[in-house]
Amino acid sequence: MNAPVLNVQGISKRFGGLQALSDVGMRIEHGQVYGLIGPNGAGKTTFFNVITGLYAPDSGRFELAGKPYQPSAVHEVAKAGIARTFQNIRLFADMTALENVMVGRHVRTGSGLLGAIFRSKAFVAEEAVIEQSARELLHYVGIADLADYKARTLSYGDQRRLEIARALATDPQLLALDEPAAGMNATEKVELRELIDRIRNDGRTVLLIEHDVKLVMGLCDAVTVLDHGKQIAQGTPAQVQADPKVIEAYLGTGGH
Amino acid sequence: MKKTMVIPYARYVLWGLLLLALPLVLQIFGNGWVRIADMALLYVMLALGLNIVVGYAGLLDLGFVAFFAVGAYMFGLLASPHLVENFPMFAAMFPHGIHTPLWAVIPLGAGLAGLFGLLLGAPTLKLRGDYLAIVTLGFGEIIRVFLNNLDNPVNITNGPKGLGQIDPMTVMGHPLSRKLDLGFIELPGVTQYYYLFLAVVLVSVLVCYRLEHSRIGRAWMAIREDEIAAKAMGLNTRNLKLMAFGMGAMFGGVSGVLFSSFQGFVSPESFSLMESVMIVAMVVLGGLGHLPGVILGAVLLSALPEVLRYVAGPLQQMTDGRLDAAILRQLLIALAMILIMLWRPRGLWPAPEHGKALPSDKRSA
Repeated sequence: MNAPVLNVQGISKRFGGLQALSDVGMRIEHGQVYGLIGPNGAGKTTFFNVITGLYAPDSGRFELAGKPYQPSAVHEVAKAGIARTFQNIRLFADMTALENVMVGRHVRTGSGLLGAIFRSKAFVAEEAVIEQSARELLHYVGIADLADYKARTLSYGDQRRLEIARALATDPQLLALDEPAAGMNATEKVELRELIDRIRNDGRTVLLIEHDVKLVMGLCDAVTVLDHGKQIAQGTPAQVQADPKVIEAYLGTGGH
Repeated sequence: MKKTMVIPYARYVLWGLLLLALPLVLQIFGNGWVRIADMALLYVMLALGLNIVVGYAGLLDLGFVAFFAVGAYMFGLLASPHLVENFPMFAAMFPHGIHTPLWAVIPLGAGLAGLFGLLLGAPTLKLRGDYLAIVTLGFGEIIRVFLNNLDNPVNITNGPKGLGQIDPMTVMGHPLSRKLDLGFIELPGVTQYYYLFLAVVLVSVLVCYRLEHSRIGRAWMAIREDEIAAKAMGLNTRNLKLMAFGMGAMFGGVSGVLFSSFQGFVSPESFSLMESVMIVAMVVLGGLGHLPGVILGAVLLSALPEVLRYVAGPLQQMTDGRLDAAILRQLLIALAMILIMLWRPRGLWPAPEHGKALPSDKRSA
């Protein structure tokens, strides 16, 4: 059995007086879609920002595909193999869809200033490969015909797809999606589900932070539930759904 | 098919002929007009350099003139009697004075200015937007203050008096300041400089164009668009920003070298904050990040004040001297800038808009 794609344990993070995360852990196996759910303010996004290097953790052990990594700089984490999307889409708005995905290839390619200025053979060849793979990714997420449009002119659903394509372009070990269904209508959600399913079937591993419990339950292989920065349940969707603590966290006890 | 191949080439050839013929036409009306064209070319180079920093990487630099100054003073020191006169050590080393040739001085100027770009860029990496602008503004002023005061106790820059008697550029043994008689036409110095500057500008445009359409260029633009997302895609924003600062500064340095040989004289006055502001205005007014726009902006803003000289003079006479020509000129420039920004907020010639409205059949199913 291979090492888990992501194995993080004992993560804590405090913001001033607020314990945003306390002793949270997660183990994601290869080929899984792993769900991270919880009510508003549960610490989902904080967890996400910690494992991707945006926030420095107070404690925790981090392993990616069996190798320890330090989430100290965002770009290093991306290089190590975690690619993410953002809850409120962050595309390169004034660049075309194709260029957005081509930027994603940056971290796996290497030509520099001199190659660009003198148009060396290696540079030209690499550019061609970058463009080719970017076009393939656009096709993969279903927006090949929008390649030459600026990212900001795309519809909301297409922007989400573009963001996923851009993340896939970094050739990640783990694709981490931060509330990809936020603001989507029912049809778009079904399409998104199909896309994530396809990504899994192609042998990729996905971490899905989601608000929409229905989407998570139908899609994920395993789920962690956070509430107030603590892990309150972990297991298959069916197990988690039946857990009284989860029900309480989502519905409240009514006693407050 | 054939037609589409011929037309773009025809356009380039036409532009080429126009640019080559321009000084020959201008010199008929006097060397002053060719001079304006020369200065415009130098400003085009400055604007191209700043466009890398502001237009591509999105880092607002209000001290860009510092790199122009570095290049100008470097050549001033390497090709004038100043060092030899003030330092016996140099006088002993170079009994005939220091005269550094063109081929050595352009890469040197680019390199030194690039180094300064890295040095001034490094402390500002964490800053963005207005904060960055203020710090770079400070750096620009620091360089000027240094140039102004480094004459005491050791006279390096000759202070506010500036450096004089700077060598003209020499191309294949021929100093460009001397008239060149081609038999059928006589080329004054300014016209020869025009061709030198044009050549350097064309190379600069090519370099910029290639950078824009490269892995590094895309990364710069990604940082401009969204720095956090760029980092999340694995871009080392620190190194990339430094690269942009250094690369932009190189253009400034080369432009400075050419400027000081063209003028034969440099003083700190030429590198005031106003110059930095004008270069930023050229880039913004022309069209941020769009090469043709930036070039247009530089040509317009550098030539406009000179051309207005010919308008303001008669106006002054018409009003019996009550309107001061210099003030009127500034007023007209300011007015022009305001009007352009009101009518064309994205610049005179901005990057083309793709797919402003998506055609309905392009919507994904």
